[in-house]
Amino acid sequence: MIGVQSGENSAKPRNERKIRIGCGAGFSGDRIEPAVVLAEQGALNYLVFECLAERTIAMAVRSRLKQDDRGYDPLLAERLGAVLPAAVRNGVRVISNMGAANPVAAAQRATELARNLGLGPLKIAAVTGDDVLPQVRAEDRPLLDAPGSVWQWPGDLISANAYLGAEPIVAALRQGADIVLTGRAADPSLFLAPLVHEFGWAWNDWNSLGQGTVIGHLLECAGQITGGYFADPGVKDVEGLADLGFPLAEVDSHGTATLTKVPGTGGAITLATCKEQLLYELHDPTRYLTPDVIADFSGVHFEQVGQDLVKVSGGRGIARPEKLKVSVGYREGFIGEGQISYAGPGAVERGRLALAIVKQRLERLGKDILDLRLELIGVDAIDATRIESHPPREVRIRVAARMKTKEGAALVGREVEALYTNGPAGGGGATQCAKPVIAVVSTLIDRADARPDLHWEMVA
Amino acid sequence: MILRDIAHTRSGDKGDISNISVIAFKPEAYDLLLREVTCARVKTVLGNMVQGHIERYELPHLGALNFVLHRALSGGVTRSLALDIHGKCLGSLLLSMPIETTR
Repeated sequence: MIGVQSGENSAKPRNERKIRIGCGAGFSGDRIEPAVVLAEQGALNYLVFECLAERTIAMAVRSRLKQDDRGYDPLLAERLGAVLPAAVRNGVRVISNMGAANPVAAAQRATELARNLGLGPLKIAAVTGDDVLPQVRAEDRPLLDAPGSVWQWPGDLISANAYLGAEPIVAALRQGADIVLTGRAADPSLFLAPLVHEFGWAWNDWNSLGQGTVIGHLLECAGQITGGYFADPGVKDVEGLADLGFPLAEVDSHGTATLTKVPGTGGAITLATCKEQLLYELHDPTRYLTPDVIADFSGVHFEQVGQDLVKVSGGRGIARPEKLKVSVGYREGFIGEGQISYAGPGAVERGRLALAIVKQRLERLGKDILDLRLELIGVDAIDATRIESHPPREVRIRVAARMKTKEGAALVGREVEALYTNGPAGGGGATQCAKPVIAVVSTLIDRADARPDLHWEMVA
Repeated sequence: MILRDIAHTRSGDKGDISNISVIAFKPEAYDLLLREVTCARVKTVLGNMVQGHIERYELPHLGALNFVLHRALSGGVTRSLALDIHGKCLGSLLLSMPIETTR
């Protein structure tokens, strides 16, 4: 409740102005049009796109290794191309981690795009310095989430990216960036940065940084706070999901925010959607670690102040962690997968026979198999804890295996497909895929070992 | 009565750790959550899907509990062979937990 108190009882308001920040994407493959609606009708100051999951950056590194000018988000051009005309027209500054493994190339691509669209003048900044692969190769460090050390993990080390905080983004905004593209940055920091920039919050004003981090955390998954990922018909109904609107926060200088969305868009912002998102991917609510602050979510207070209007206050914080978290990526073999369906009486038994056949055949490959999983979708693939009492009318078998070689992985799906003419009666709809495994684990690095910097591109 | 009648859930993932928030629809149901939805009972519902220990955090003024499930994602999103690599379905499974109102 501290935010409420400081917001309403503070003797000397710091700044009467309010800042409106929208979230235009909650993951790399997210829908594009809600951001266009926000840029056109949201009366925004900032539009943030969060597009970089734990593993995405390691995959982006692979793509950069293949081609120097790649490694940024594959949808960057499509997303920015859709949104920039309205954003530039309305003076909305854009912040995104779509730089992924190559923020400089992303900035160059954005520059080319803006020129082609006839937009400008624009200043585009790339935040660099999250790539700490040389530092991690030079010195071994213990893993954070698994036993052993970075060098001991099986597989070929291919990427190491430190989670940068809001500081370099704020530096870019101070120097007039219209678009800021980062690589690995903590998700809430993308939203905290414009607040720090606009309201001049000190880097040791832990309560403001904590509340700003709460706002960022609430916004960062886009539709997940406007009724996406929430509906459960008959229990939790949500209208208009096919036109789900994305959220925006109107924030004052004390950090008190009102969450809302553009009127007329689908979905809903309620106390329930806000609570679900606040606790999403959270461990200890009093210690949410980011590079900027250790945020405390335990005192966060929500108040429904109108339809699709929720006021949020009470986020706090204590001094930031000393070290930075690093996501370390490894190439670790391949995953092959195959599926095929059975239906009618005896479907479960035929599915189990099919699994047994494929298992026997794959095990002849011997040491190529690192890990094997056999299951019946509709029976035990998600919920492995109980046996279905009423046999389902249809099942789908799924065989997944982690293999040393690409060829071994390809064989998994082929063996499942072979069930068409070699397996139980009535198998249908076989599908298969094989893909490389990028394993990601975490370690910590000294702040001095990651050196954030800015690269600039200008559109005349 | 089952948990779905009094609360909603959302699952999240970080590495090999899953978290499930359990949020009461009505604030007055929070005490019932506190009493009924213990770590031991979460373990009973999810069984071997959770290989490590389970922690519970209490958020009384949100009417919510937050469960942290260690080693619950078959090694984590990036190398798991599971169909639901993120463990997104775990929270929905938890909603089947029987709730005793007159214990």
